[in-house]
Amino acid sequence: MNGRRLFAIAYKETLQVCRDPRSLAIALLMPLLQMALLGYGVSLDIKNVSLCVYDQENSQTSRDLTSRFVASGWFEAVHALDSDRAIRQAIDRGTCIGALVIPVTFTKSMSSAGKANIQTIFDGTDANTTNIATGYAKGVIAEALTDFKNRWAQAHGLQPDAIGQIDLQLRVWFNAGLESRNFIIPGVVAVILAAVGAQLTSLTISREWERGTMEQLISTPVTAFEVMLGKLVPYFVIALIDAAFCLLVTIFWFQVPFRGSVTTLVMTTALFAVVVLGIGYLLSVRIRSQLGASQIALILTMLPTTMLSGYTFPIDQMPAPVRAVTFLVYARYYVSILRSIFLKGSSLADLAGPLLGLVIFATVIAYLAAIAFRKRLD
Amino acid sequence: MFERLYVMLMKEFIELKRDRWAIFRLVVPLVLQVVIYGYAATFTVNHVATAVLDLDRSQASRNLISHFAAAGRFDIVDRTDDERRITHDIDTDQATVAVLIHPGFEQDLNNGRSAALEVVVDGTNSNTALIAAGYVSQIVAQFEAENSTDDRRPDTQVAPRTVTVSLQERPWFNESLDDRWFFIPGVIGTLTLMQVMSLTAFAIVREREVGTLEQVMVSPIRPFEFILGKTLPFFLIGLGDIALVATIGVLWFRVPFVGSPWIMLLGACLFLLAALGLGLLLSAFSRTQQQAFALNFFLLNPLFILSGFAFPISAMPKVLQWLTIINPLRYFLVVIRAVFLKGAGIDVLWPDFAAMAILGTGMLTLSVMRFRKSLD
Repeated sequence: MNGRRLFAIAYKETLQVCRDPRSLAIALLMPLLQMALLGYGVSLDIKNVSLCVYDQENSQTSRDLTSRFVASGWFEAVHALDSDRAIRQAIDRGTCIGALVIPVTFTKSMSSAGKANIQTIFDGTDANTTNIATGYAKGVIAEALTDFKNRWAQAHGLQPDAIGQIDLQLRVWFNAGLESRNFIIPGVVAVILAAVGAQLTSLTISREWERGTMEQLISTPVTAFEVMLGKLVPYFVIALIDAAFCLLVTIFWFQVPFRGSVTTLVMTTALFAVVVLGIGYLLSVRIRSQLGASQIALILTMLPTTMLSGYTFPIDQMPAPVRAVTFLVYARYYVSILRSIFLKGSSLADLAGPLLGLVIFATVIAYLAAIAFRKRLD
Repeated sequence: MFERLYVMLMKEFIELKRDRWAIFRLVVPLVLQVVIYGYAATFTVNHVATAVLDLDRSQASRNLISHFAAAGRFDIVDRTDDERRITHDIDTDQATVAVLIHPGFEQDLNNGRSAALEVVVDGTNSNTALIAAGYVSQIVAQFEAENSTDDRRPDTQVAPRTVTVSLQERPWFNESLDDRWFFIPGVIGTLTLMQVMSLTAFAIVREREVGTLEQVMVSPIRPFEFILGKTLPFFLIGLGDIALVATIGVLWFRVPFVGSPWIMLLGACLFLLAALGLGLLLSAFSRTQQQAFALNFFLLNPLFILSGFAFPISAMPKVLQWLTIINPLRYFLVVIRAVFLKGAGIDVLWPDFAAMAILGTGMLTLSVMRFRKSLD
């Protein structure tokens, strides 16, 4: 390896990057813009969900129950309906995610038999939202019932007893408010970096082919390894700047709690950058047309990182064969590292598993990329 | 006009045929992706790794633990009587939930004091945590109910604490609340958008960069015909994509298809119109393939995230909600889900159809105008 030749390639590549300011601007500004957009967009919290109520009884108790839904803060509004048909229409139009049907005999059967029925109808199309919203609704109902029960006991001059009652103390660690943003935004950083990295390098070699400068490059005494390093250096710098932008926005703008060490963060991020840039470069060497390289890069990075990295969908819930595939998705290691550093404050030792995965990836990719480039024209 | 268009179409298909990667790129990844993502995309929480600390060691505590084990949602991975082990299990991701039963649990339960039960949930993944916490409360409530029916209440004068109100839950359209039914239609729309948009994004830039755009300019073809010739093949590819992927969804994943195929076809055509418009716009505004590629890459991600695919649009800030108005994928996801699961018709879906039509024609017109300018 020759330092002068390496420098020459790096210099040439840097010049080429700088002469296409539009691409450079895209590479530097887009991640920031995306971070801002996606940071606000990725939330699984159930907010602004409306509920419909078909109150057949319309008594004081039933009205009391209804008013508790809005008061709980989980539901934005409660629309009163007056028929089953209206429920159907409201759910079809999306005015409300679900409906509550309070039967005519609600109060009566509760005070006489101690038993009553409430029917909830939910739009099951979005099963996750429904699941969570039903959970909230049940919580509201359970709380209301305890109150009704105590009131009833008081009215009859009795002490509500507590035999067999459990006082459930639920503690949530690491993310006390259960804010979905806190766990998704670090994943967004990984997704953006994976996309930017591959995008930056996936055209470097195929461009030489399409522009006809490959012959000139081959006729120089530069070695394959020098080409690789020289071409990657400027993009590595850009990728690190992008990463810094994204991580700073995550910490200071979105206020995701950062409990780990900055050194660990920088080291793992640099390692991840090597992997993504290496993959882009490898594709660029293997596939001669820019269109082909870009298509493959897109398929290999965008959706796998969003779907299989654990950034939204938990990996441990996937069926075993798909879980096996996720080990090939390099972003999965970085997502889990980022999440642990941010929320758990993990040290390098705690991160041994995913870190090993990244190191293996970096080594294999670097090796493949180094041997892939051949100084031949055919 | 038709002759020129035909020649143009032939040229495009010949170009596609010469690219030996084309078939590989167009079909194999699509099928693989549908199958893998179809399985991967789920928020269902089924095997929650659970650690149990039982310091009471009574019949009641064992009974409660067996309730957790029997529920099927919790996999008990560790039973211990050392609190530090619990902390370690959660720190190292070996357990997501920990149930801590302290001494005196059974005594409190029988003596009419409410018995304390501590449950720790790793909130790192807030969604899993929320759902798991819901299951915990359900199990505890069930345990309470079973205990209260025991005949250990000697005093019948006590208020019937069983003012039970049972909830009859009826999820519509998806009775088992299988969220795969929700995501697979989403996967269909997303994959189609990705493929069609990236193919089109390169269409014109490539001619420009390779230098054949000048040849097109000296030919008698009109800008409109040129654009039509460029996009028709991609439109056909897109329709093929949707048909292929939807078939996999129905036959392999058994997602019910209760709606009308014709409404689906109409929706698909309008959606493809918008996707092509978007791709062409990118193509018209970039000078090099690299720029087109970068723009495509950076647009796809927000289009996907802000479509309601996984993150509900209603949970986004108002500004972002307005932004989703120009996202064709948003409308198509509504249409495709409604047609698949609800069997909805034009009467409900017409606003989404209209939105896609407006977006599509708007973007196509804009790119034709832009292209005409660059031709002159």
